[in-house]
Amino acid sequence: MTRTHPARRARKRNQRSRPASIGLHAGLAVAAVLAVFPPLWLLVTSFKPKNDAFSTGLVTHFTFANYTHVLADTEFLTWFKNSVIIVGLTTVLGVFIAATTGYAVSRFRFPGMRPLMWLLLITQMFPVAVLIVPLYNLLASLGLLNQPAGLVITYLTIAVPFCAWMMKGFFDTIPVEIDEAGRVDGLNPFGTFWRLVLPLARPGLAVTGFYTFVTAWAEVAYASAFMTGEENLTLAGGLQTFVNQYTNDWGSMTAAAVIIAVPAALVFAFAQRHLVAGLTAGTTKG
Amino acid sequence: MVAPVVLVIGVIIGYPLVRGVFLSLTDANEANVERNIGVNHLPATYKFTGLDNYRAVLSDGVFWDRLGWTVLWTVGCVSLTFLTGLALANMLNRTLRGRTFYRLALILPWAIPAFISVFTWRMLYNEKNGILNKLLAGGGIDAVPWLNDPTWAKLSVIAVNVWLGVPFMLVALLGGLQSIPGELYEAAEMDGASAWQRFRHITVPGLRSVSSTVILLSTIWTFNMFPVIFLLTRGGPGDATEILVTYAYRLSFIDSPRNFSESAAWGVLILVLLSVVAVVYRRALRKQGEVW
Repeated sequence: MTRTHPARRARKRNQRSRPASIGLHAGLAVAAVLAVFPPLWLLVTSFKPKNDAFSTGLVTHFTFANYTHVLADTEFLTWFKNSVIIVGLTTVLGVFIAATTGYAVSRFRFPGMRPLMWLLLITQMFPVAVLIVPLYNLLASLGLLNQPAGLVITYLTIAVPFCAWMMKGFFDTIPVEIDEAGRVDGLNPFGTFWRLVLPLARPGLAVTGFYTFVTAWAEVAYASAFMTGEENLTLAGGLQTFVNQYTNDWGSMTAAAVIIAVPAALVFAFAQRHLVAGLTAGTTKG
Repeated sequence: MVAPVVLVIGVIIGYPLVRGVFLSLTDANEANVERNIGVNHLPATYKFTGLDNYRAVLSDGVFWDRLGWTVLWTVGCVSLTFLTGLALANMLNRTLRGRTFYRLALILPWAIPAFISVFTWRMLYNEKNGILNKLLAGGGIDAVPWLNDPTWAKLSVIAVNVWLGVPFMLVALLGGLQSIPGELYEAAEMDGASAWQRFRHITVPGLRSVSSTVILLSTIWTFNMFPVIFLLTRGGPGDATEILVTYAYRLSFIDSPRNFSESAAWGVLILVLLSVVAVVYRRALRKQGEVW
C-alpha cells in the first residue's frame, strides 16, 4: 500500500506494520474474551437443565426451567420488589439532596467549604467499616431493621456525599451569570436553582441518578446485615440463599442473576458515556 | 441554602460517625446494648472503657496480619488494574477495525452488578465442577483448589477484583488519552522520537491528572472492597483472604456474640489509615504541581 495520506493526523499517516497489527488485534481479542466469558457463561448456564449446570458444552437441552422455577417457586419476586422500592426511593431522594448540596458548594462561599469538600470525598473511605455498627444500632433503636426505610437511609449515607461532589463539578460548568439573571428577574435562590440551573444540569442529574441506582442495586454488606428473614431480603441478599454452605442451586442462581443483571446492564449502557465525564468533572475542577 | 445541606450531611454522616467513634471507646456487644426482646425494652448497660479496645486490637497479631494482606491486596489490585487499563486504553486509542466492538466487550464487566459477577466467578472457580478446572483437565493439568488453598484463594480474589476494576480504568484513561492533542505526537515523531519516548514524555504526563484521580479512588475502593471477598470466599479458607473491612464486619455480624465495640475500633483504625494515605497522596500531588 503506497497511498499517501494528507498529514493531518500523525497516527493515520504511518501505517502499522503487519506484525504490529496482528499483535494489537490478538491482545485486544484475548482481553475481550476474558471480559466477556464469565457473563456469557452465566447466560449459557442459565438455559441448561439443573443437572447440566456444570457441563462444559454449550446448551444441549435448552430450557427455561430455571427461570420459571425462580419466578414461580422462590421468593425472587418479593426480593425484586423490595429492591425496586428501596433503590427507587434512594435514587429520588439521593439525587435531590446531592443536587442541592452540590449547588450550595458550587455557588456559595462560606467558611468551612474546603473542609466540607474534603469531607465529601473522605466519606468514600468509610462506607462499610465505620458506619455499619452505629447505623445498625441506630436502626435497631428506631425499629427500622428489616424495614425498607432503614436501608434507604443507609444508602443515602453512601450515595449522597459522592454524588454531591460530582454535582458540584457539573454546576461549576454552568455560568454564574444565569443565577444573576434569575435574581434580577426576582427569583429567590431556591427558585433560581430549581427553575434555571437544575434543567441545565440535567446530564449531571442523570449521572448521579445512575450512580445512586447502581450503588444501591448492587450493595451487599448493609443489605446482608440489616435485612433478615426471606421476605425482607433484597436481591443481593436473596441471591446468597441459592448458593451457600448448605445448598448449591446453581441453576436458580444463574437464572436469577441474569434477570438482575439485564436491567442494570441496559441502564448502564445509556449512562456509561457520561459516567466518566461526571467523575472526572468532579475531580479536575474540585 | 447551605444550612439544610450541612444539617443533612451532619445527620446522615456525622451522627453515625461520632457514634461509631464513641462505641469504639466502650465495651458494647450484643448482650449489653439497648434492645427490645418481645415487648420488654432493655436499656443499654455497656460502659466507657477508653482506649482499651485499641490497645487490645493493636497488640493482637490478627490486626497486623490482616493489615499486611490488605495492603498487599490493595497494591496488587490497583497496580494490576491500572497497568492493564493503561495498556488496553493505549491499544484502543488507535484507528483499528472493530474498535467499537472491542470497546463494548471490554466495558461489559462494569455493566453487571458486582455481586452477580462474583457469584459467576464462584461458579467458574468451583473446584470439582467449575469450567476452569475442566479446561485444565482437558489440558492434562490437575484441578486447582482455587478457593480452598490460602495462596490460590488470594490470587483468585485479586483476579476477580482486577477483572471488575479494569473497565473503569480503561474508560477513564481512554478519555484522558483522547484529550491529549494529536499535534504533540506528530511533532515528536518529526523530531524522531521513538514510540517509547513518545509514551514516556507525552502520554504519561498528559494522563497525570486523570491517573492520579483514578488511582486514589481505586485505592480507596479496593481497600474497602467488601463484596468480592465476602461473597467469593467469606474471608476463607481460615482467614486467609480476610481484609480489614470484612474482618470488622465479621466481628459484629457473623461471630457470636457480636462484638460491636471492637468492630467499631477496627472501623476507626481503617478510616485513620485511609485518611493518612489520602493526605500523603494529596501532598505528593501538590509537590508535582497538581492543583487538586
